[in-house]
Amino acid sequence: MSTPSPKGRLTRDEVAHLAHLSRLAVSDEELELFAGQLAAVLDAVAQVGKADVADVAPTTHAVPMTNVMRPDVARPSLPRDVVLAGAPAAEDDRFRVPRILGEEA
Amino acid sequence: MSDTLVDFDEVLTRYEPVIGLETHVELGTASKMFCGCSTTFGAEPNTQTCPVCLGLPGSLPVVNAEAIESTIRIGLALGCRIASWSRFARKNYFYPDIPKGFQTSQYDEPLCTAGHLDVELDGETYRVEIERVHIEEDTGKNLHVGGSTGRIHGADHSLVDYNRAGIPLVEIVTRPIPGAGAKAPEVARAYVTELREILLALGVSEVRMEQGNLRSDVNTSLAPIGSLDWGTRTETKNVNSLRSVERSVRFEMRRQAAVLDAGERVVQETRHFHEDTGSTSSGRSKEEATDYRYFPEPDLVPIAPDEEWIEKLRAALPELPAARRARLREEWGLSDTEMAWIVNAGALGLVSDTVAAGATPADARKWWLGELARRANDSGVELTELAVTPEQVAELAGLVAAGTVNDQLARQALDGVLAGEGDPAAVVESRGLAVMGDSDELVAAVEAAIEGNPDVAEKVRSGKVQAIGALVGAVMKTTRGKADAATVKRMLEERLVSG
Ligand SMILES: [Zn+2]
Repeated sequence: MSTPSPKGRLTRDEVAHLAHLSRLAVSDEELELFAGQLAAVLDAVAQVGKADVADVAPTTHAVPMTNVMRPDVARPSLPRDVVLAGAPAAEDDRFRVPRILGEEA
Repeated sequence: MSDTLVDFDEVLTRYEPVIGLETHVELGTASKMFCGCSTTFGAEPNTQTCPVCLGLPGSLPVVNAEAIESTIRIGLALGCRIASWSRFARKNYFYPDIPKGFQTSQYDEPLCTAGHLDVELDGETYRVEIERVHIEEDTGKNLHVGGSTGRIHGADHSLVDYNRAGIPLVEIVTRPIPGAGAKAPEVARAYVTELREILLALGVSEVRMEQGNLRSDVNTSLAPIGSLDWGTRTETKNVNSLRSVERSVRFEMRRQAAVLDAGERVVQETRHFHEDTGSTSSGRSKEEATDYRYFPEPDLVPIAPDEEWIEKLRAALPELPAARRARLREEWGLSDTEMAWIVNAGALGLVSDTVAAGATPADARKWWLGELARRANDSGVELTELAVTPEQVAELAGLVAAGTVNDQLARQALDGVLAGEGDPAAVVESRGLAVMGDSDELVAAVEAAIEGNPDVAEKVRSGKVQAIGALVGAVMKTTRGKADAATVKRMLEERLVSG
């Protein structure tokens, strides 16, 4: 795993790592480009850090609500043909996906 | 490639094991964690899914109240602190068993923390510290097609069933358990066994290990004796039987010792357990897999249990297994060891039910740990799988106590019960197993024995009372075991020994 660079700048390595985690194929030129662009985004967001929040409790959610729950009652699910119609491929009543390289179930 | 292994006893001369367990329990709720889909096991593939558990755009999750209460009850039973503020988090990773691209879990704000579970083993108590108990959701099931063994290597493609995706899953994480030494494999097993008993008592899950309701990730590391470091651990994933939990720790101890003996380093990684060989093999590397980029789940508001709610749940907890065992041990007047035999035989519920059906604790224990354990063993089944109920065992014990049958006849009556011939009294009747009373037939048999063995009878008359045994034996033989030996002896004495 790559280590964060000093001063909050984003390195090429970090962008490559994030791209891998997100299963995105990114070329060398794009790495360079995105590292610069993402760094600009991070800098912009980092301005929030200038605010004095010493007396402000951390906000955990945009809506001040807790304990929103439903009773444990089963309800009808979607018909299977509808479910599988949205699958890229289906076989044997299941979603068909490519083999997963180098990993085990 | 087979691993080099060090003899288990030898491992302990140089290394101290440290174990830890992360146990996943599927809750027995009627509906899934964040949607109303049914959780029925064994349904046709992909018939229990909806936009929420398939992660379709625009769908919104709503928390299952029962699942939250079950999690809090598990936490309370394990002596945990229940958080007054708890949140869900997204655990991001790409794998086809998780349709959303993330698993809704809990990260730095779990529902329950800092508990413990005392595990008894061979008269010693090991305290297992519980680090946390949190709620998350289960994943779908992958079926690998085209591979030679069902393992993914060589698999051509995978087929996914999302019925299980979104079923409430509780994760119970221990702190590292040092100091168990040679007992480490058994402590790991005893911990999962006791945890399972607690979950059963709480009624939060059916805990069917063969259906994957309960699976443990078993961490093992070795440290050179005297070292302050606990060594690098491996994590054996999804171990789903009690026996396998013990075997996986034993194997990892032996394998890691060989690695360390060779001057190499143990690789921190996940490993897979193989039931057939009792061995583990390397899985994906941990470093890469743990980069989950957790962040708070924006679609769910926090869970904030207040005191009143927690206390209500605490007051409604059932008697827990350890307390129940202590109470029954006291009521039955047994020693710790005697009680341990019953528990280890998996007979506690059976003995308890047999006592409840009217048998004495001594009789109930004798039947289940004696004759019935032998029969289960001979047939290679669990005690609970025998075709005899605790009520029938109590009835059988009652027939012996009343003198209707002796022990030998009772075993024959049991044959009939197990063969499906009915309740014990009916079998005794239909097979004609009742012992003979003071009947004419018995009188005739007694007198025939005396006449047939004049020498022995004379010895008894002249005061050699022990010799009477041979006459009793003769009577038992002619009656084919149906006479009561004590009655026969009394009848012989009436005739041969002058009162
Ligand atoms: Zn659903």
